[in-house]
Amino acid sequence: MNDLDIRKAVKEELNNIAPEIDLAAIDPAGDLREALDIDSMDFLNFISAIHHRLGVDIPELDYPKLVTLDGAVAYIAARLGSIRK
Amino acid sequence: MAEFRMPSLGADMEAGTLVEWLVKPGDRVKRGDIVAVVETQKGAIEIEIFEAGKIEQILVGLNTNVPVGTPLARIQTEREEAAGTVATAPSPAAPVALSAAPPSILAPVAPPSPPAPPPAAVARRRVSPAARRLAGAQGIDLSIVTASGPAGAIIYADVERRLGGAVADAEKKRAPGLDLDAMRTAIAAAMARSKREIPHYYLEHQVDVTVSEQWLTQKNAVRPPDERLLIGALMVRSVALAARRFPAFNGFYRDGKFEPSRAVHVGVAIAIRGGGLAAPALHDADQIQLDELMTRMRDLVQRTRAGRIRSSEISDPTITVTSLGERGVETLYGIIYPPQVAILGFGKVVRRPWVIDGAIGPRSIVTMTLSADHRVSDGHAGALFLAEIGMLLQEPDKL
Repeated sequence: MNDLDIRKAVKEELNNIAPEIDLAAIDPAGDLREALDIDSMDFLNFISAIHHRLGVDIPELDYPKLVTLDGAVAYIAARLGSIRK
Repeated sequence: MAEFRMPSLGADMEAGTLVEWLVKPGDRVKRGDIVAVVETQKGAIEIEIFEAGKIEQILVGLNTNVPVGTPLARIQTEREEAAGTVATAPSPAAPVALSAAPPSILAPVAPPSPPAPPPAAVARRRVSPAARRLAGAQGIDLSIVTASGPAGAIIYADVERRLGGAVADAEKKRAPGLDLDAMRTAIAAAMARSKREIPHYYLEHQVDVTVSEQWLTQKNAVRPPDERLLIGALMVRSVALAARRFPAFNGFYRDGKFEPSRAVHVGVAIAIRGGGLAAPALHDADQIQLDELMTRMRDLVQRTRAGRIRSSEISDPTITVTSLGERGVETLYGIIYPPQVAILGFGKVVRRPWVIDGAIGPRSIVTMTLSADHRVSDGHAGALFLAEIGMLLQEPDKL
């Protein structure tokens, strides 16, 4: 799975939470919680969805690394890489 | 023979439109089964049945608007089946629908006045709720829409085709059970009534939740995402436990008097995308363990945002909790949802300098507020209630 696949998966899961948001239009380096108006329950559901879909279990301590689209993709790519090794 | 009636889903509801039957004559039902969908100002609500038995007859057809209390279906109860008897006349107080629920203090609404005779079930075309809403919003006459759904039903796509497919993306993606304009009307009615009738008083209390936060961090560190807890669950749980000890904040004010509730059904205020709000009940929040409470809260939030609230969740809350979450502000003052008598507000948790044992250190602080009904309680009791909630949050292990 390359970065593009990960980005696609992340966007799909975010869109499940915020269906009316056009993710192409948001700043990939901006705070997703602000851009998508999501609360802690939404964010937890996002983390759960990524866990189920990509097998990446994201500890709570790492949540701050996932608050932007770019950050989430980079984090998941790094974790998937380390899982493969 | 028992009757299943149009339930009252809020003090301001006078009638509802039956838009979907999920059972047919001969089907067996058990307590809590969802048997029908009713459209109200609050959106499409799934209606549960409160008696086990067999559906005998459907009395009200689809898309029929009937007053609260109108019999919708007849049920042969299990007791009757066991006794091998079938009552010839409907019993007057059949405990099947919410509006005719067991005459306990929990019954959210007074039994309705003798219901009007059921309107003849008009033979109409089957139309899905989403299709009906779209047609209504766009002014499309359903009789000119070509149906392609099961059993000749008109479905969303049919109305869309009629519209020429010119439907905004946002409308397509919005959850089918939610009509935000209608929801706003319902909120306005309830809040205006509250401000008109309920003499609110307000109290505020700052609580150090550092211990709760640390406890959560420890628990969540070894749990997969599906099993993680949020501090909101601790808040709801501590309110529920405190409400059991302070009955003057848990129940309903109706017909000039307060009826305390033995059960604690905490209404959880849930913001809905696009500007809506609902506060469905987390049933028996004082009786279930924290993990179970969190699981149910996640389910409740997801269903509410998807427009799938159940009838009992709408009418049962005995007290409400509203929390702004991590991106809000520090303090909010709730407006009581009638006929309840109290609402707890939690602001966002903030790091603040705090004095502990004579030294200043950084701590996580949350501002809790209580809005309560002065016809039922006073500030003294309210202060003790708030303090109790604060104490409970110091011992998360016991929640």
